[in-house]
Amino acid sequence: MKPREISVTVNAKRYRSEVPPRLTLVDYLREVLGLIGTHTGCEHGVCGACSVIFDGQPIRSCLMFAIQADGHEVETVEGLAEADGGLSPLQDAFWETHALQCGYCTPGMLMATHALLRSNPDPTVDEIKEAIGGNLCRCTGYQQIVEAVRLAAKRMRGAHPEAGKDTIDE
Amino acid sequence: MSSEAPDSPRFRYVSRKRRTKEDRRFIAGEGRFVADIGLPGMKHVALVTSPHPAARIDAIRTEEALKIEGVVAVITGEELAQATNPLMSGLNLPDVRRFPLAVDRARYAGEWVAAVVADSRYIAEDGAELVEVDYDPLPFVVDAEEAMAEDAPAVHPAHGTNVLYRRKFVYGAVEEDFAAADHRLAFRACWGRNSTVPIETFGVVAKWHPGTGTLDVWASIQMPKYPEQIARALRLDANCVRVHYDVDVGGSYGVKRGIKHTVLVGYLARKLGCPVRLIEDRLENMTGGDAHGPERIFDVEAAFNGDGEIRSLRLRALDNVGAYAGRAPLQLAKPIGAIVGPYRIKSVEYEAISVTTNKTPQEAVRGFGQSPTNFAIETAVDKIARTLDRDRVEIRKRNFIRKDEFPYTIPSGSEYDSGDYHTVQDKVLDLADFPALIARRDALRAEGKLAGIGIASCLEPSGGNAAFEPLFNPANETTTWMESCVTKIDLAGTVTSIMATASAGQGHETLVATVTGEELERDPDGIRVVRSDSLASLPSNSPVASRMAIMLGGAASGAAKILKRKLIDIAAHNLQLPADRLVYEGGNVAVRDDPGRSLAWDELVEIAHRKYHQMPLGMEPGLQASYVWEVPKGGELPDAAGRVRMYPCYSFEAHIPLVEIDRQTGQVKILEYFIGHDCGTMINPDIVHGMIYGGIAHGIGAALYEIFAYNDDGQLLTGTFMDYLLPSVHEIPDIKMVDHSTPSPLTSMGQKGTGEGGYLGAPAAVASAVNDALAPLGLELNALPMRPGDIEALLRTKSE
Repeated sequence: MKPREISVTVNAKRYRSEVPPRLTLVDYLREVLGLIGTHTGCEHGVCGACSVIFDGQPIRSCLMFAIQADGHEVETVEGLAEADGGLSPLQDAFWETHALQCGYCTPGMLMATHALLRSNPDPTVDEIKEAIGGNLCRCTGYQQIVEAVRLAAKRMRGAHPEAGKDTIDE
Repeated sequence: MSSEAPDSPRFRYVSRKRRTKEDRRFIAGEGRFVADIGLPGMKHVALVTSPHPAARIDAIRTEEALKIEGVVAVITGEELAQATNPLMSGLNLPDVRRFPLAVDRARYAGEWVAAVVADSRYIAEDGAELVEVDYDPLPFVVDAEEAMAEDAPAVHPAHGTNVLYRRKFVYGAVEEDFAAADHRLAFRACWGRNSTVPIETFGVVAKWHPGTGTLDVWASIQMPKYPEQIARALRLDANCVRVHYDVDVGGSYGVKRGIKHTVLVGYLARKLGCPVRLIEDRLENMTGGDAHGPERIFDVEAAFNGDGEIRSLRLRALDNVGAYAGRAPLQLAKPIGAIVGPYRIKSVEYEAISVTTNKTPQEAVRGFGQSPTNFAIETAVDKIARTLDRDRVEIRKRNFIRKDEFPYTIPSGSEYDSGDYHTVQDKVLDLADFPALIARRDALRAEGKLAGIGIASCLEPSGGNAAFEPLFNPANETTTWMESCVTKIDLAGTVTSIMATASAGQGHETLVATVTGEELERDPDGIRVVRSDSLASLPSNSPVASRMAIMLGGAASGAAKILKRKLIDIAAHNLQLPADRLVYEGGNVAVRDDPGRSLAWDELVEIAHRKYHQMPLGMEPGLQASYVWEVPKGGELPDAAGRVRMYPCYSFEAHIPLVEIDRQTGQVKILEYFIGHDCGTMINPDIVHGMIYGGIAHGIGAALYEIFAYNDDGQLLTGTFMDYLLPSVHEIPDIKMVDHSTPSPLTSMGQKGTGEGGYLGAPAAVASAVNDALAPLGLELNALPMRPGDIEALLRTKSE
């Protein structure tokens, strides 16, 4: 099949590319755009390692073709850092709590929980577990990941006191 | 043996909560995994695999595949076998030959038969679909007991039998102890075929440089003596292979061995004159990645007295290694180093049988065979308690080796260095508020629910000396399993340490920086740790055998101590005082009785790097040191009776889960999980805790969900994540942990290994809990995994 031209906004930057119709979104991000922070784990939509945010929602980039992203917005782990290049509160909390070991599932975990905290700044533990329920991690047993998200939520609310009273005990 | 708090004040950096060195790059998406290595002109590989568990390969036609634009080459096993040597085996099995691609005969469904190389992985897969193979299906066998029958189909006809290894070890007066015991019991326990299944599959990139005659290799690797094995198979000198250890490995826990992948890709890169990459897809990983774990049938007999004393054990372990041997049969040998668990059992008989079948080959899995054996031993202890109608904790404490008995030599010849099992057990009982936990279980039962508490302990042998190699293969006289570290202080006074292995999430950079910083009294945050390549570095045996905290930590300590000594000697020379009158503090050296007289770090560095005229006569200029450390108490061969000094250090864990079983579905829900652990001095507590949490999660998977299941046609049924079930966050409870520290007397800072323990104890603990829940019904289940269907079928036998 002939290549198709697409226009995709990734991390607020617009890209125009010619891609084969069967190229998956994750391979487009990694091999065409060079955004190698997004990983593949199972390539059948179970493990969540390839999670990115698509028009505001976390999705599996291994289950989409790049041409389906034409005209849409994608966010990847490379876009998480603050404007000054520093770590986001969520990234910093992952470091603080050692919420990773090999680091392979980490970008997917970060994108899933980044989407959560954007829509729900004060999630319960069950809501955090629901948000990462489709992301497999083989190293951590998930405990320090849940702890990281709680810590990030607490710190982010602390930075914006108007967002509500802190209710999480550390 | 004294115990000390984990945050012992004797350390500045060790045992403190400190951020790791590695995490920073991963959270920014800046890890560098093998799939991130892109080289100009790189080609991609896809595999053609056998659909049959056993078949003769009559013909392979590649013409149609080669017509596709972008397909560069198709190679077969016949070509590869002519150009390479067979892959190494852990046993002495000259007639069990193995090549990366099947030669003449396929021995399991999924075995690689041909490789297609193309401009992209997409095109390579197109090509693989068009390769035509004529198979003549042969009789096959997938069950280990059936494979032992005289008339069983031979997996390797030239070998003459499907038994690859069989030996009965008798340690101590087993017959007499059995005869003298008040009671005896016997049972069978089965360990299902599971594995570590990292989220990153195995991958490798190779590039041949004709000008220098070197093969550059980037791989997702955790393999001892990997460069040497590749070179040998490819008929190259070992110094022609450069393995780059600065590739991040996306999880391994044992299985990322990849020799066959690398030999294939190395051969292709050289033949085709371009870089070649093979990244397994998930199905290739699960079927033909040769990374399954042990699959064992245990026949166990125990002899014990009415007072609960366990006198003796007989263990027969029949392991199904799959279609080729590799190192997998040695996973029956390693448990000999802890064959009586943490108990004072005076004699033991152990028969190890390794059988080949038409299943995917095994690879090393977390604990190297220890977890199945621990499951068998702990199941025996539970049964002894039940037989005597005694408390399971009490029976364990009755038989635990006491703190004052270390070092303790077990009947098989290994020496446990240290431990305090009773205290750790008590600590976890306190953590769980055990009487309240029992009350909670009983309240659930009173509501009509099936609830149970699991009790299990485990040892984590650590520090690995590979003594199991000569034990199972006398032609192999390996008695060292050394590790190295190089550290240098540069002209600007900054410190860099060089390690010689890849890392798969265990935090080795943090380990080396913390230990080096501790010895030199310099902030670890400022210490850089680099992972070298195999040509530029000193020997390493990779992060296997729960050994790196001990061995790499020991090597880093050794190198740093040499540097510290050198700094003191330079100061002594310049202050014109003997070294014993000086004191080293934070990198500066001062006169003990006159602290005003001193030389600062920067001054000492300046002298070493620039002012040779101020150096002691004959001293090497600069500040650099290397240290290669032998395993503590290593260096001995097994004796004729098979007594052998195995791993030097022994960590301990005690697990207590509470579970509830759904009567309708048979599903097990873990309501609580408590663990007490003792790995001696923790170098970095967050790393230790993380590995224990993760190990428990991995063990819960082995206990309840994960299995490489085969049907009667010899086909793997669980080749995807839709059917091979890795636990998600919903299956893993909040784990509550209590630390204890019994420092090892054999290591640089009292540390022991910790990466395996969670997985070594959790399967036994969860099984114990399930059986406690089933006990009121008079039911029991001694086969893992205990899937909902298995439990539901068992419950149905009671209701019918």
